[in-house]
Amino acid sequence: MSELTGGDLVLEIPTDIHSISGAVDYVLSRCSASEVSARKLNLNFRVGLTEALTNAMMYGNDHDPSKSVVIEVVMGRDHVQATVRDQGSGFDPRSVPDPTLPENLTRSYGRGLFLMRELLDELWFNDCGNEVTLILRAESCSTFEGGASA
Amino acid sequence: MSFQVSKVNDVTVIEVDGQLIVGNRNELKKEVLEKIELGEQTFVIDFANTAYIDSSGLGVLVSLSKKIREHGGELRLSSLSEDLRTLFELTKLDTLFRIAEDREQALEGF
Repeated sequence: MSELTGGDLVLEIPTDIHSISGAVDYVLSRCSASEVSARKLNLNFRVGLTEALTNAMMYGNDHDPSKSVVIEVVMGRDHVQATVRDQGSGFDPRSVPDPTLPENLTRSYGRGLFLMRELLDELWFNDCGNEVTLILRAESCSTFEGGASA
Repeated sequence: MSFQVSKVNDVTVIEVDGQLIVGNRNELKKEVLEKIELGEQTFVIDFANTAYIDSSGLGVLVSLSKKIREHGGELRLSSLSEDLRTLFELTKLDTLFRIAEDREQALEGF
């Protein structure tokens, strides 16, 4: 994991699913000055960032260790924002089925994007789908209320 | 993550310490599959000391539950924190699993 210049915090990490937890812990440790509560950071933001990195490494970079993922974090007074970019060709987030539908409930995959949408306030993809931006605000109605529409 | 395996009557109890995430989910899967191969049928996975489960961890639990049922058994979960329970509720997996308040309650009626 290397820290780059630009933004509040920019990290480049190699594609290795074992590095995700440490990278997320590091980003969260740098967000403590935000007005977003520790509980929301530790659940909503942790889940969102973990799932974004997992998708980037497993599906975007297809587990290729020669490829890397860049995380760019902006710490606003009333929000935290992370952009995760992989080196894959992207995907269409609208093509991912709802994992809570009865026919999908027993699938062993496909819940990451759903959790991101549920737990973050905003979720934005670039046009080709290899970059996602997560925004969590301090002023959400409750600890777990997100509801991004992307 | 580490886990401790014990046996209470005929039930295999697995305590998960730390995080159940994409980087370690296969360790738990391997452990349970080995127990199934040995003929074990009833399982409780206890999350009293689990800080976090990601979507890959949830997926492994779904996969193991299916496999255990195919062998005529049952998987129950116990001791979810409020945050973990929220993840199960959001994904509606609370409708798929029998989730007990604690290990003792999970063991009742097996």
